Amino acid sequence: MSTLVIAQHDNAELHASTLNTVTAASQVGGDVHVLVAGSGAGAVAQEAANVSGVAKVLHADADHYKDGVSVEIANLVVSLAADYSHIMAGSTTSGKDMLPRVAALIDSSQISDIMAVDSADTFKRPIYAGNAIATVQSSDATKVLTVRPTGFDAAELSGSADVAVIEGPAANGTTSVVGRELTVSERPDLGAADIVVSGGRGVGSAENFKIIESLADKLGAAVGASRAAVDAGYMPNDYQVGQTGKVVAPNLYIAVGISGAIQHLAGMKDSKVIVAINKDDEAPIFQVADYGLVADLFEAVPELVDAL
Amino acid sequence: MKVLVPVKRVIDAYVSIRVKSDGSGVDTDNVKMSLNPFCEIALEEAIRLKEAGTATEVVLVSIGSADIETVMRSGLAMGADRAIRVDADNDIEPLAIAKILKHIVEKEEAGMVITGKQSIDGDNNQTGQMLSALLGWPQATFASEVAIDGDSAKVTREVDGGLETIAIPMPAVVTTDLRLNEPRYPTLPNIMKAKKKPLDVIALADTGVDAAKRQTVTNVSPPEARSAGVMVGSVTELVDKLKNEAKVI
Ligand SMILES: Cc1cc2nc3c(=O)[nH]c(=O)nc-3n(C[C@H](O)[C@H](O)[C@H](O)COP(=O)(O)OP(=O)(O)OC[C@H]3O[C@@H](n4cnc5c(N)ncnc54)[C@H](O)[C@@H]3O)c2cc1C
Ligand SMILES: Cc1cc2nc3c(=O)[nH]c(=O)nc-3n(C[C@H](O)[C@H](O)[C@H](O)COP(=O)(O)OP(=O)(O)OC[C@H]3O[C@@H](n4cnc5c(N)ncnc54)[C@H](O)[C@@H]3O)c2cc1C
Repeated sequence: MSTLVIAQHDNAELHASTLNTVTAASQVGGDVHVLVAGSGAGAVAQEAANVSGVAKVLHADADHYKDGVSVEIANLVVSLAADYSHIMAGSTTSGKDMLPRVAALIDSSQISDIMAVDSADTFKRPIYAGNAIATVQSSDATKVLTVRPTGFDAAELSGSADVAVIEGPAANGTTSVVGRELTVSERPDLGAADIVVSGGRGVGSAENFKIIESLADKLGAAVGASRAAVDAGYMPNDYQVGQTGKVVAPNLYIAVGISGAIQHLAGMKDSKVIVAINKDDEAPIFQVADYGLVADLFEAVPELVDAL
Repeated sequence: MKVLVPVKRVIDAYVSIRVKSDGSGVDTDNVKMSLNPFCEIALEEAIRLKEAGTATEVVLVSIGSADIETVMRSGLAMGADRAIRVDADNDIEPLAIAKILKHIVEKEEAGMVITGKQSIDGDNNQTGQMLSALLGWPQATFASEVAIDGDSAKVTREVDGGLETIAIPMPAVVTTDLRLNEPRYPTLPNIMKAKKKPLDVIALADTGVDAAKRQTVTNVSPPEARSAGVMVGSVTELVDKLKNEAKVI
């Protein structure tokens, strides 16, 4: 039994979700190998070799792996699949985009977004926006799994695996990345932050989101948003927390001007401590909050910034 | 170009679901059912392509039992030209769904498929990608903008870091994200017209797909409940609790 973990990275650094995925792989038992497919990503392969629990790193370097295009990465993974009992990637947009291709091409039924490993063939996963947890047993010879990062601790960085250089199949070449508009931020990554401050429709405008940002900066926190805030253009799409956005589980989640719809709760209710600030004392967000404050956010948040 | 839109019936997004006490699943009796919201977005995009003259026909496909026909009719009322239902159980795995869809795509000689990025019940986020792999077509998932220009397309995608635009040749599979468009509501005359639009039923056996399950759901349980919290009276009290009780700041 052995597991292949597909590393996520930007050719410079390993993405934090890979560390959680390695932990899930270790829980399955058997050897854990990590695939780093990139262009000029030698440093990433080295970083992956340092992850505890990793027995071997496979490093494929080619131009067509530079942008992480799923068609290319999936073909490479398929070429390696016969050696593995399990293939895993983090439930990030890259993992979700790529791994079902692998599953289809090797005729395996994928299990998405696992949050617990019960045994080598049985896993827990959330369904219905996390309002139910299904235990799913797979009979496929090769198990293909995306891993919810918040379900597993990050693996430590005290390993020393060998890096093997491998060649992948020729480029498929159909898909090219022609533009990127990535959010540049000094703040911590939303998915991995210790503290998250999120704003909702109640914040009222993109301009007003500065209030949320100032609280985040005071706490060294990441900023998140509800779908309503993203739809209204207050914040970019990658800030959306929820069933169909990002799933976060920080030590502290502060929801400001967010009502607490089930789709939003799906993305944050596993946070350790939840604070809600809302002017409506009947807002459903208070049902999951450890500390609720009924107040106008335009008064309470600046006051909070001053008090910290 | 014929556009195929696979749609799925789900428990309505605003219903609080109830997990059955015997752990066998979620209660679906007498619960409001709707078209999966991401499928509505897919359908809206296809209809707009037709209105723009890019698509010639919009064909809706759904795989499931006869009781899904009601939501298929609401898809026809939105503006799909006709519908195909593949008669099968409602709990088929995404891989089998993708294989069935591949059969329909080839039979219909479709030039594009638009699926939802995920359904809000299974939350699998697999079907479109699997279909693309099986067809050997390029894929553009999580689309927030689709621009088709003859034999190629540019698709802007919602990714974890922001937005990414890819260029692909057609035919292709596109999966929809929330910000692609705002689906229209069917008008009353269109609801009436939809009753007469063709809805063909195909037997699963006629697709030649083995839809046998590879997975067994051994248990469905409610998530761990959070213990009740407290309301605080002031910002000062909140800061005190966070520092001294929760110790998170
Ligand atoms: C298919 C689908 C997927 C979805 N996915 C997601 C998702 O991933 N993430 C997500 O978040 N949502 C998602 N939604 C949307 C979700 O259902 C809600 O519509 C959304 O979360 C509401 O956002 P909100 O709480 O910011 O806005 P609202 O529900 O409008 O709440 C605003 C809140 O702000 C409060 N408020 C207003 N002014 C003030 C003030 N001055 N001071 C204090 N409080 C104030 C109000 O009392 C209210 O409670 C999805 C919906 C669907 C159908
Ligand atoms: C009682 C019950 C038992 C279940 N048991 C299992 C089980 O044992 N194993 C399991 O894997 N799942 C099971 N499911 C979940 C279920 O069958 C999933 O809905 C199915 O696997 C498809 O996954 P998805 O819709 O989440 O796919 P996604 O990949 O999230 O769907 C994305 C898109 O694919 C298209 N699509 C999906 N389904 C269809 C369809 N039927 N027809 C047309 N287009 C479609 C739509 O465009 C949709 O937006 C069960 C569901 C129920 C209600």
